[in-house]
Amino acid sequence: MKQFALTTLLMLAALLIAPSFQAVAVEPGEILSDPKLEARARELSVNLRCLVCQNQSIDDSSAELAKDLRVLVRERLTKGDTNEEVLSFIVDRYGEYVLLKPRIAMHTLILWFGPLALLLLAGGYFFMIFRAQPTASNGGVPAPKIKALSSDEQAALSKLLDKD
Amino acid sequence: MIVETGHFALILAAIVAMVQFAVPLWGSYKSDPILMRVAAPAAQVQLLLLLISFLALMWAYITSDFSVKNVFANSHSAKPLFFKISGVWANHEGSMLLWVLILAFYGAMVAMFGRNLPPSLKTHVLSIQALVSLSFLLFLIFTSNPFERLVNPPLDGKGLNPLLQDFALSIHPPFLYLGYVGFSVAFSFAVAALIDGRVDAAWARWVRPWTLLAWVNLTIGIALGSWWAYYELGWGGWWFWDPVENASFMPWLAGTALLHSALVVEKRGALKLWTILLSILTFSLSLMGAFLVRSGVLSSVHAFAVDPERGIFILGILAFFTGGALAIFAWRAPDLKQGGIFAPISREGALVFNNMILVIACGTVLIGTLWPLVTEAVGYKISVGAPYFELTFAPLMIPLLLAMPFGPLLAWKRGDLRGAAQRLYAAVGIAILVVVLTYSVTSGSSFFAPLLIGLGIYIVVGAISEILWRAKAFRTNWGEVGRRLLNMPRASYGSMFGHIGIGIFVIGSVATSVWNTEKIVAMKPGDKQTIAGYEVRFDGVVEERGPNFTEKLGNFNVMKDGKQIATLRPAKRTYIMRSEMPMTETGIYNAWNGDLYLAIGDKLQQGAYTVRFYFNPFIRLIWLGCLIMALGGLVSLSDRRLRIGAPKRAKEQPAAVPAE
Repeated sequence: MKQFALTTLLMLAALLIAPSFQAVAVEPGEILSDPKLEARARELSVNLRCLVCQNQSIDDSSAELAKDLRVLVRERLTKGDTNEEVLSFIVDRYGEYVLLKPRIAMHTLILWFGPLALLLLAGGYFFMIFRAQPTASNGGVPAPKIKALSSDEQAALSKLLDKD
Repeated sequence: MIVETGHFALILAAIVAMVQFAVPLWGSYKSDPILMRVAAPAAQVQLLLLLISFLALMWAYITSDFSVKNVFANSHSAKPLFFKISGVWANHEGSMLLWVLILAFYGAMVAMFGRNLPPSLKTHVLSIQALVSLSFLLFLIFTSNPFERLVNPPLDGKGLNPLLQDFALSIHPPFLYLGYVGFSVAFSFAVAALIDGRVDAAWARWVRPWTLLAWVNLTIGIALGSWWAYYELGWGGWWFWDPVENASFMPWLAGTALLHSALVVEKRGALKLWTILLSILTFSLSLMGAFLVRSGVLSSVHAFAVDPERGIFILGILAFFTGGALAIFAWRAPDLKQGGIFAPISREGALVFNNMILVIACGTVLIGTLWPLVTEAVGYKISVGAPYFELTFAPLMIPLLLAMPFGPLLAWKRGDLRGAAQRLYAAVGIAILVVVLTYSVTSGSSFFAPLLIGLGIYIVVGAISEILWRAKAFRTNWGEVGRRLLNMPRASYGSMFGHIGIGIFVIGSVATSVWNTEKIVAMKPGDKQTIAGYEVRFDGVVEERGPNFTEKLGNFNVMKDGKQIATLRPAKRTYIMRSEMPMTETGIYNAWNGDLYLAIGDKLQQGAYTVRFYFNPFIRLIWLGCLIMALGGLVSLSDRRLRIGAPKRAKEQPAAVPAE
């Protein structure tokens, strides 16, 4: 807990000092000569958070730490790591907070399945309403059932209609 | 003296709000029309007082009165006049003063234009509006007073955050607040209707213009924010799924749903409860946005815990109004009569689908924005950023966009899906053509993107087809068609423009995110680069002075097909008061098919500079789409049915006399 508080404090301090909106981001010197590898590096950096910025990926940020991370990503890639290995390597050192797209885990279930659950619930609700009664109001109140006219009623109706 | 007058007017406004809340409500309880009539003039007096207060603060900014703490902390004498004025709302205290001013503005407008409202509804609406006002006025006076003085006035101010010294961002908050705060009217109408126990077509017609006005402003406000982010932040993005952006996007989604569901109440008397609930939720989301942005909880839950006074106050306001309204809802809703039976395939059905998707999308954004705060509080620090929202939000939108042109083509109660589809043949045909064309022009670089471009085209052409179909185009002589087009209600054109705007937005956002090109290079003066058919020569850097900044301007000569077409001057700007925070000024050349976008970075070794080149194809369609959407709202707002032909309530049906 103590260490946690310290990290938070350090990050806050960094937040105050860090230039938050200078947009330089990826610098010419960092770019790998292999375009395929570079494309993978970019793809990965978009998903990694610059830890000292407000909601910026390391791809967008010009902070020193973001630069270090970009270089690290490229180092791992040139050493032959897969994308997943690079991410694990970085998460092991910087924590889960670094991922802009959280991994599926117990504490992120609601993130990944919440919207889906909402969709199923709402879809199911309307499906039930409309299936129960082809014409139902939004409140689920079924329309009154209309029975066919009995022969007596039918006769009375034609009599009325004939009158006019 | 002027500052003290403003301070005094602010406190007086709070007292007037108290009167505007309590006296009419008491009058309504006692059935005393004289007490009830206090509401309207009180609303107008409140606006007048807050206007005085606001102008007094503006005066302090214009005259650089640094004995006022707020002016000292956020202004500087060398700042251009325009930014002195916008500086009034570019800080916490001032922006909350703008917030209450706009609240009072809406209250006074309801008082003025609500002449045809039944007295009890009008009284209740104004009374609730006053309660909202009062809560924020107390917040302002007790936690964020902008009129606080300094005993020893310093010689000059600390200056305004350079990021905010920009035209678009200066007018962004007023629009945003006209949106956020405007939803308070729908909220007040909803709670008043619950108290009155009546929701009908007339109610929906009274609420709609206010919701529409708020929505138009929110749309413009969000678009301005995005436009600013694009040209100011310097890496070519236009939407970052930042929690602050999400805070404004959630009320927009809910408000869009509300506009559509109020239509069903107005035309068919169905979805009443849902519309009431949505009115409450939309304003609650606005309040939540205020809480997220104003409390500091976003930067860190722990930072919030250190100085929680303001946050707790707004959280209290949020809890009180949302909780209170929902409690009244739970209590009174069962008494409201439901009406309007409809089949799943019908205009109502389509609008229910629209509401379902928009609300779930809003829920997704809500989860993504709030969940990290929850996990952080229990010890897991996670990030939820753009990649998450792109994965969850975007897929939700596809079915909505596909269904969009169908909605207006379906009849109320029971629609004919096949008939509607036939009317969309032209839209589908043109869309397929565009898909094929896009696919070949981009030489198959992406499989899905051309389909999405086609989707945008299908929405645009679909919206136009609907109007033409209604005017009986190709089915009768053109004179008749013209006459029908002229006589069509403005609201029909409003919805057409709204939908066209969405289609154009889709095209722009897809094109620019899939086919943008980027080049990051170190350049020395004289170096040349080519991007997207442009040849750009770097002519070196010059230094220039502005009123309160110095800047290093890069000169870039842009050539196309051997002809010189533009000179771009991206810059690094350093403000005197905030030298630790250099700003990027981008250089943008706007061609018909996209933007050539340049940003210059730091000086490297041997006189070279980092230069970032982007070509963002059709990116301006994003904001053009938003503008067309807002225009649609305005056209709809000008529909005479919303003004004249005042909606009259149906007479209460006399109780049926039992037959012999």
